[in-house]
Amino acid sequence: MTLVEPQRTGEGPVPLEVNGRRHVVELEPRVSLLDALREHLDLTGTKKGCDQGTCGACTVWVDGRRVLACLTLAVAATGHEVVTIEGLADGDELHPMQRAFVEHDAFQCGYCTSGQIMSAVKLIEEGNAGTDEDIREFMSGNICRCAAYPNIRAAIRQVRDRSGGQA
Amino acid sequence: MTVVGTPLRRVDGPAKVSGRARYSAEVTLPGTTHLAVVGATIASGRVVAIDAAAARAAAGVLAVLTREDLPKVAAEPRLLPSLAGGPAPGESFFPMQDDVVHYAGQPVALVVAERHEQAQHAATLVAVTYEALPSLTTIDQGRDQAYEAERLFGGLMPARTERGDAGAALDRADVRVEAAYRFAANHHNPLEAPSTVAAWDDGRLTVYESTQGVRATQQTVAQLLGLPISHVRVVTRFVGGGFGAKAMVWPAVTLAALAARHVGRPVKLMLTRPQMFGSNGHREEQEQHITLGASRDGRLTAIRHEKLSITSPFDDWAEPATGVSSQLYGCENYLGVHRLIKGNTMTPTFTRGPGEALGVFTLETAMDELAYRLSMDPLELRVRNHTPVDPAGHPWSSDGLLECLRLGAERFGWADRPAAPRATRDGDWLIGTGLAAAAYPIAFFMPPQRARARIFADGSAVVQTSTQEFGTGALTMATQVGADALGVALADLTFEAGDSDLPNSTAAVGSAGAGMVSSAVHAAGTALRDQLVALATGDAGSPLHGVDPAAVTVTDGRLTAPGRPGAVDTYRELLARNHLSDAEATGGWRPPPLDTPHGLLTFGAQFAEVAVDPELGLVRVRRLHGAFAPGRVLNPLLARSQLMGGMLWGMSQALLEGNRTDPRYGRWGATNLAEYLVPVNADAPDVVVDFVDVRDELVGPLGAKGVGEIGQVGAAAAIANAVFHATGRRIRALPMAPELVMDPAGTDAR
Repeated sequence: MTLVEPQRTGEGPVPLEVNGRRHVVELEPRVSLLDALREHLDLTGTKKGCDQGTCGACTVWVDGRRVLACLTLAVAATGHEVVTIEGLADGDELHPMQRAFVEHDAFQCGYCTSGQIMSAVKLIEEGNAGTDEDIREFMSGNICRCAAYPNIRAAIRQVRDRSGGQA
Repeated sequence: MTVVGTPLRRVDGPAKVSGRARYSAEVTLPGTTHLAVVGATIASGRVVAIDAAAARAAAGVLAVLTREDLPKVAAEPRLLPSLAGGPAPGESFFPMQDDVVHYAGQPVALVVAERHEQAQHAATLVAVTYEALPSLTTIDQGRDQAYEAERLFGGLMPARTERGDAGAALDRADVRVEAAYRFAANHHNPLEAPSTVAAWDDGRLTVYESTQGVRATQQTVAQLLGLPISHVRVVTRFVGGGFGAKAMVWPAVTLAALAARHVGRPVKLMLTRPQMFGSNGHREEQEQHITLGASRDGRLTAIRHEKLSITSPFDDWAEPATGVSSQLYGCENYLGVHRLIKGNTMTPTFTRGPGEALGVFTLETAMDELAYRLSMDPLELRVRNHTPVDPAGHPWSSDGLLECLRLGAERFGWADRPAAPRATRDGDWLIGTGLAAAAYPIAFFMPPQRARARIFADGSAVVQTSTQEFGTGALTMATQVGADALGVALADLTFEAGDSDLPNSTAAVGSAGAGMVSSAVHAAGTALRDQLVALATGDAGSPLHGVDPAAVTVTDGRLTAPGRPGAVDTYRELLARNHLSDAEATGGWRPPPLDTPHGLLTFGAQFAEVAVDPELGLVRVRRLHGAFAPGRVLNPLLARSQLMGGMLWGMSQALLEGNRTDPRYGRWGATNLAEYLVPVNADAPDVVVDFVDVRDELVGPLGAKGVGEIGQVGAAAAIANAVFHATGRRIRALPMAPELVMDPAGTDAR
């Protein structure tokens, strides 16, 4: 793990590894991982819904765990592997969860969708998608204001059933 | 092959699930700066002084603008619903023109900085000194100042609806039911906060804006800035939800344009979630009072329906709540009244199911009470009062209410229901079921809707209109309609929207989007097809030369005529033979006049099963069924999703959503998604949506009546009626919070 020399003011180089690519971004220490992704790396697939940790739209993976990018400082992600929605597909080949979301119409405006999908994939890996009750509880950190929830559950069930529980 | 009516998956789906769909704040132009808005912390009074020295000295800050730095706007904004097609300010007020504070959150200063964090931090350093005056933000504070409004909706609608003599008829009625409800304010909270990127180039302005109406935004900003409309371009590729919050044009977009002009660089603004509670209107706190009179056999003889609500100092705004209660049932005597209290809030605005979601709640819970009073099945009471005509005697443009009630009842299993309340138990839970009729008015306030269709030499085609995609499926639906109208394969047609430079279509509000866009796109596709068919039948080189154009059909770009078997022309060959690199046509649709001799409602029926824990006051919705008659269903996959979303909004309105101001400070109590409750996955039951097929010749060439609102209307009433059936108690306020639902102390829940 690389330690960044603390700075009181101003920007400094912050190494970030996102979707398997290494970047060095000039950032102030107060910049969130979410803003680093969106404003500095132009990875705008990760959404800012509340910037307060209440909606889940900014869900990304850090070292394979789902985290809220709005509550994570970018400097704290240095030395860790960050995966965003842009890193989920295999080239042009969508991840099965992405395909399932399209097939089940599991979104409308699409603004929560990146976070829903990043949560949903992990849900299955974590073993928390066994029943509809589990899915409902463990997906409740991701708000969908369009209320596509039943379709989101259908998409997750499809991926779970076709993958034998492995996303 | 006809693709309208098939469940085509969203054409923007792959972009949305892979993070490629760009929303307004995700446009980054070279040299972009970041804007933060400083909102007033008092609800009434004036700004005495602003000390911006510390903010101006902060790192990265380019400018701090107060009213003294900002030019006066060129025109006084005048509220007008965006559906009317013109400029559409959300309130007849523009901030930072003088020192008066009318509501909490009203912008008082702007901060522009190189970085987002710098702007946000500097905004906290702006020191504003206020002289605070007492504020009025609740009905209870202003009850004695209530007045009867004359007109609503920027003057477009009367505030009083009256026929017969409701008072006398109520006095004479065999049976009377009277009920009063209190409804907390609602906030739309689309997940994407209002976002703007504003950039000037040689006196012309381009705005990337999260709006439900690019043309409304274009005209409003041009008017406020005193620019030719042609010098303002509004681009909106994707919108992260609207629900009415982005149906009107609020001050932030124009403030961003002014800030961008001041610093001479592009400006990006995304309001914060807390700011959103005071930036884009809300559904106002309100009370509704209804009295029904009926004969012993359940026929309504009189309805009196009154609404009291808070509006801003500037506008007589109320969600119109009586458009359905005045029309849904045959009833000779009716009085509907809207009363207002001017308070220290911004002007309230459209919120999903505007007006009628709560108007129908009031009507349909009262109908449920009437059914119990008469010992009549609530379904039978609705059937008995059905009317095939509106109050003026005009037949509905299309009906379907009875079919919705019957289909919904059958699918839900209504007939198995015990009539008595508090009769079914499942462990600690009391089980109840309820129903409600649903209806939502169709209003043709909009000007003609236009689209352009263009086909290229290779047979690929583009159809364009200025609508925008905010989750309704407009891009997908319009692609289907365009492909059918022009006669090309889906894969050959691209639908483009979200740009005010494209042909006019009005803001997508009030469930009018599907009807307007499909009508315009259909007209354009048909116009281009007719042009090409005429070219072929008049072309000596065409196998179809001399055929009656009306006999030609076009599918997948192939032209054939039954009278000339084997003869095939194609768009590609036709264009090549005539040395044309492309062809194009504009098509338009003129909505029917406001005084069209038709009743105009979209109908549905809602059914709910709830479980109530009477000791904890918990309500869990176990099942929601809806049956709807929205005319032609352009895409059942997307229509079902939108109706389902609306029904869950109804659930949310019934059980979760509500905000109050703290009367001491005049500020909203909840300004985040942890305290302002919206449904999460665990709250949402599975939802059944059924369609009743009705043909509607009036509402447009395709007969689509829209699905954005009707899903929500009636859902809360069905849930409330189910709560009564479960518990035997009527809850007289929304949301039905646990403390209201739980049995009063001393009740033996067992």
